[in-house]
Amino acid sequence: MIYRRFFNIPTWRFRSPWDELHRMRQQLEQMFDDTPGQRASAGVFPLINLTEDRNNYYVRAELPGVKAEELDIQATANNIAISGERKIAAEGENARYHRREREAGSFSRMIGLPGDINTDKVDAKLENGVLTVVIAKAEAAKPKQITIKS
Amino acid sequence: MADTQSKELKVREKQELASPAEQTTPGLVFTPAVDIFETEKQITLLADMPGVKSDDLTIDLRDNTLTLSANIAPVENADEEDILVEYETGRYYRQFTLGELINQENIDAKLNDGVLRLSLPKVEKATPKRITVKAG
Repeated sequence: MIYRRFFNIPTWRFRSPWDELHRMRQQLEQMFDDTPGQRASAGVFPLINLTEDRNNYYVRAELPGVKAEELDIQATANNIAISGERKIAAEGENARYHRREREAGSFSRMIGLPGDINTDKVDAKLENGVLTVVIAKAEAAKPKQITIKS
Repeated sequence: MADTQSKELKVREKQELASPAEQTTPGLVFTPAVDIFETEKQITLLADMPGVKSDDLTIDLRDNTLTLSANIAPVENADEEDILVEYETGRYYRQFTLGELINQENIDAKLNDGVLRLSLPKVEKATPKRITVKAG
């Protein structure tokens, strides 16, 4: 009995000071993983939101200051490729900047859709800097109502 | 400018407002990314506010404090279901303190493709005068 107690004391094991730090780091990482604000992002510009209803997929992206003619959207069997360039015009020689947070540059992103699509029925519109691509699902990918016979 | 335009754009998460006061209406509030530059005649502010219509944007200038706030209308139809959510939408809010006197009557605001361009002309008195240093 005494023997068992002796070996069950949790601090029996030799601990290095790094063990404690390692444990703290793991706990912190876990905390951040659980944060509801944290989203699974592909890390590719632009960030997109993908939704669906019975007939369509909807891909949305915020692209302020991007003109429709500077965007290129292509559809394949179940992929949508969005590429383009965001330009910020130069403001002249004597403009002195206080803040410069907006960025210009090119971008290219491929989005895999969960089902097959009808590539002939893809609509895109750019409104107030928000791109919406409406993609019709292929007939085979649409949900079918199944009636139960009695 | 050619240099900055050819680089690849990196993902930047929208900045949520770290508000000193609590919000009375529910929903997220973001701070728009801005460029501010000044010339001798005016201060110009450019702000990225995707999804904002001109009717929903309020610009307020009083006592040197410029306030931008905007509401956005939801873009999704009611029967859509989320598959992937990488960004959130919400209101925009940001305040600036202006160091210069602004000619309030000639403020000009344009909203194009989700980018606000606000021109704030300086009051004549604040236009800097070049001081020539005489050798002697």
